[in-house]
Amino acid sequence: MSEKNENEIEAIEGETGAKKNADTSTIIQYLSFVLGKEEYGVDILRVQEIRSWEPVSRVPNVPFYEKGVVNLRGAIVPIIDLRERFSLSKPEYTPLTVVVVLQTGSGSHTRIMGVVVDSVSDVISIERTDIQSAPDFGTKVSNEFINGLVSVNERMVMLLDVDKLLLLEVLEQNDY
Amino acid sequence: MSIDMSQFHQVFFEECFEGLEAMESGLLSLDIGDIDPEAINTIFRAAHSIKGGSGTFGFTVVAEYTHIMETLLDEMRDGRRQVTKQAVDVLLGSVDCLREMLTSIQNEEEVNAQSVAQHQAALETELNGESSAANSPSSAPAISQPASPVESPEEDEEPEIEEEQGWKISFCPYLNLLKTGNDPVRLFRELSALGKLTSNVNIQDVPPFNELDPEECNISWDLVLVSDASESAVREIFSWVEEDCELELSPLAKPKKKKKPKAAAPAPIAPPVVAEAKDVAEPVAPPPATVVKKAPTEAEAAKNAPKASSSIRVDTDKIDTLINMVGEVVITQSMLGLIGENFTMDKVGQLKRGLAQLERHTRDLQQSVMNIRMLPISFVFSRFPRLVHDISTKLNKKITLKLVGENTEVDKAVVELINDPLVHLIRNSLDHGIEMPAERIAAGKPETGTIELKAYHRGGHIVIEIIDDGRGMDKSKLLAKAIEKGLVEESAIMTDKQILELIFMPGFSTAEQLSDISGRGVGMDVVRRNIQSLGGNIDIISELGKGSTIAIHLPLTLAILDGQSVAVGDETYIVPLVSIIESINITEKMLNKVAGKGETFKLRNEYLPIIRMREIFNVKSGAATKPNEGVIVVVEGQGALCGFLVDELLGQQQVVIKSLEANYRRVEGVSGATILGDGSVALILDVPGLVRLSVC
Repeated sequence: MSEKNENEIEAIEGETGAKKNADTSTIIQYLSFVLGKEEYGVDILRVQEIRSWEPVSRVPNVPFYEKGVVNLRGAIVPIIDLRERFSLSKPEYTPLTVVVVLQTGSGSHTRIMGVVVDSVSDVISIERTDIQSAPDFGTKVSNEFINGLVSVNERMVMLLDVDKLLLLEVLEQNDY
Repeated sequence: MSIDMSQFHQVFFEECFEGLEAMESGLLSLDIGDIDPEAINTIFRAAHSIKGGSGTFGFTVVAEYTHIMETLLDEMRDGRRQVTKQAVDVLLGSVDCLREMLTSIQNEEEVNAQSVAQHQAALETELNGESSAANSPSSAPAISQPASPVESPEEDEEPEIEEEQGWKISFCPYLNLLKTGNDPVRLFRELSALGKLTSNVNIQDVPPFNELDPEECNISWDLVLVSDASESAVREIFSWVEEDCELELSPLAKPKKKKKPKAAAPAPIAPPVVAEAKDVAEPVAPPPATVVKKAPTEAEAAKNAPKASSSIRVDTDKIDTLINMVGEVVITQSMLGLIGENFTMDKVGQLKRGLAQLERHTRDLQQSVMNIRMLPISFVFSRFPRLVHDISTKLNKKITLKLVGENTEVDKAVVELINDPLVHLIRNSLDHGIEMPAERIAAGKPETGTIELKAYHRGGHIVIEIIDDGRGMDKSKLLAKAIEKGLVEESAIMTDKQILELIFMPGFSTAEQLSDISGRGVGMDVVRRNIQSLGGNIDIISELGKGSTIAIHLPLTLAILDGQSVAVGDETYIVPLVSIIESINITEKMLNKVAGKGETFKLRNEYLPIIRMREIFNVKSGAATKPNEGVIVVVEGQGALCGFLVDELLGQQQVVIKSLEANYRRVEGVSGATILGDGSVALILDVPGLVRLSVC
C-alpha cells in the first residue's frame, strides 16, 4: 500500500465521517503495520500522516525507545520507536523506515507523536463484532495497549489503543 | 443585512472598563478639601460616556445607575456639593458595582440586583442626604427614578409585549426561489413555531397554465405573525432566502417605549423598523438593542461565545513602523529576486550585501512585531493605588504609594501573569511591612509609610521592585520560626540571604495572627513558583527597622530568546544568553577535584562547580571529554555560579521558543526547544534546573 493511497483515504474520512461511522455503522477502519513479524493496527482516524524516517534530535535522560524530537511544520513532535518499545525487531533506520504520526485527544488538548514501524501494510475494514478480546499473554505489551485481536485473511492483527500507547508517563512507569 | 449591534459589544465593554479605571484613579487622586475641578471633570466625563454607551447598547440598568452617579458628580463639579471622603468612598463603591454589572452583562449572566440595589441606595442617600442643593433641577430626575433598579430592563420591554405584539410580513420570492432549493412551506413552519401565523396568498402573478413553469415561484404571501419574537428572530428564519426575495417586516402594533428622563438623550431609540425595511438588501435599523440582549438568537449566541479571545490596543506609531519594515523587506526581496534571475559569479558581492540587508530587515521586522505585544507595565500598576487605598483604610495605616517607571514596556503575557504575584507582595508590604502610625513615630520615622513600586529595564529583563520603608524582616525571628516549624535544622549555618529566602518555603508565616489580608503562609511559595514559571526570579533585601526591597526579574518576552548555541558531541543545545556570565578555556591547573569526584575550577578567587554536559545528558557521540579540551560556559542560575563544560561554542542567535510539553512532556534540565536554521530541533537548557539537577 503506497503512502499516497493512505493519505487519500484519510482525506476522505473527515471528522464527521468518523462520528457517523461510530454511530451508525459497526465498521471501523484500521491502518495496519508490521513490527518484526507481527502485524498491528491503529484506528485510522488517529493517523495524521505517514512520513519517512529522518534524523531526530535526541532528548537526554529519557527511555531508550523515545528516540527524540523532530520539527513537524513548526511543532516539536516526539518520535517513539515501537519496535524497541515492544522489543520486536532490530531498530534499523533507512530512508525506507516509516514513521506514523498519530494524534491523541485527551480532553481538549490534542497531542501528536510519531511512532517508528518497520512498514505500513494496509487499511483494513473491520466489523466491530469481529474484534476479539486479547488473551493475557503475560507480557508487558499484552492487554495494556491492545484493544483486541482481529483476523484478516488468516493473519492476526493486534489493534492498539492509541491513547494508552501515547501516554508516555505510563510507558515510563512500566520501564522503571 | 441588519447591523448587528452585538459586534460592537466587545469594544464597548473595553471602553467601559477603561472609563471605570479612569474614574477610579481620578477618585483616588482627589484631594479632599482642595478639589481640582479638572479632576472632577475627568471623572464626570468617564461616567457620562459609560452612561451614553450603555444607553445606546440598551443596557438600561447600567445607564440608569450611572445617571445617578453622574448627577452626584455634576453637583460636585458645579460646586454645589462638598466633596467629602464619604462621597468619594460611595463613588468608589459604585465604580466596583458598575464593573460587576458590566462583567455580568458581558458574560450574559444576570446582574446581581441585590448588590446593585445596595449601592444605588447608598448613592441616593448620599445624593439626598446632606445635599446642599437637594432641590436643584439636576438632582430632580434622579430622585424621581424608581428606587429599585431591578425593574429597569423588564419594565422597559414590557410595553413592547403588549397584546397584538407581532409582525406583518410581506414575502415576495423571486422566480428562482425554488431553484435554490428553498421551500416556502418550511419557512412558514418555522414561523408558526414562533407564534400564531396567518397567511394570505397572492396569486395574481401566476401565468396561464400553458405558460406555467413548475420550477418557478409565481406567488407571494402576506403573513401576519402574532408573537413576541424579536425582529431579528423573524429575519433569522428568512436568512437563507433573503437574496432571493423581497421581504418587508412591520410591527403589528407600534411598540410603546417609555420615555426615560435624561438617560434617553444619548440613547436614541431605534426608529420604527418599518421605515427602513423597504428592501432587505439595504441596511435595516438596528432592532431595539434591549431585545437583542434579551432574546439573542442562537446564531448570535454562538458568535458571542468565544469571549476568551483577548484583544490588544496598539499604538498607531508601532503599526506604522511595522508597515515601513514590511515595505523594506519587500524591496529587499525583489532586489534579491533580480540578482537571482541572471546570476553570475561576479554578482556574489551584491548577493551577500542583499542577504545582509535582508537579515537586518528581518530582525527589525521581528523586533517591531514583538513590540506590538509590548504593553506598559502601568496596566498592572494602575490597579494598585486603589488596593493600597482600601487596605490602608482597613488597617488604619497611613501609606502612600509611589509608582516609578509605569511606562516600562513588557510583553502582554508577562503583564497578565505578573498581576497576582504583585498583588500578593503589595498586600504583604501593607500588612507586615509598614507599621502602625504610632509605632512609626516612636521609631522616629514619618507617620506616613511609603511603598514604592518601581519598574525598569536591565539587560534583557524587566525588573520590578517593591520597596517599603517599614519594619523590615527580623532575621533571627525568621530563623527561629523556621526551626520551630522544622523547616531547617537547628544547627544549620545560614547566610543572611538564605534566611530571607526562608519566606519562600511553603507553609512559612511569621505573622502573629492571621488576617484576611495575609499571613496564612501560603503565598510566597506560590509567588516564587509563578515568577519562576515565567522564567524570572525574585530577590529580597531587608534591613530590620529600615524596610524591605523585593526585586522581581522577568524576561521581557516569553516568545523569543537570545541564545548561545553550543555543541556537545554531535548535538546542539541553546544556552539562554542572559544567564551566561562568560565563556572561558581552562587549563588542567585550574581544576580541582572535590572528594575525588566533583570537579571545581577557580575563577578569580571563587571555586565554581563544573557540570559536564556530556555526562549529565549522556551524550555518546563526539570526542572531547577533558575539561581543557572543551569550553567552560560560566552561567548563573538560582543565584549560584556554575560552569557548563561543552565541546564548542557555535554562535549566538535569536531563537523562537517552542514548547516541548505541548506534544511531549517536561524533561529535566530542558526548558523548551527551538528550530534551527536547518530545520532541526535544538533543546534550550534550563539553567537553574540544571544547576539544581547537578547538585542533587
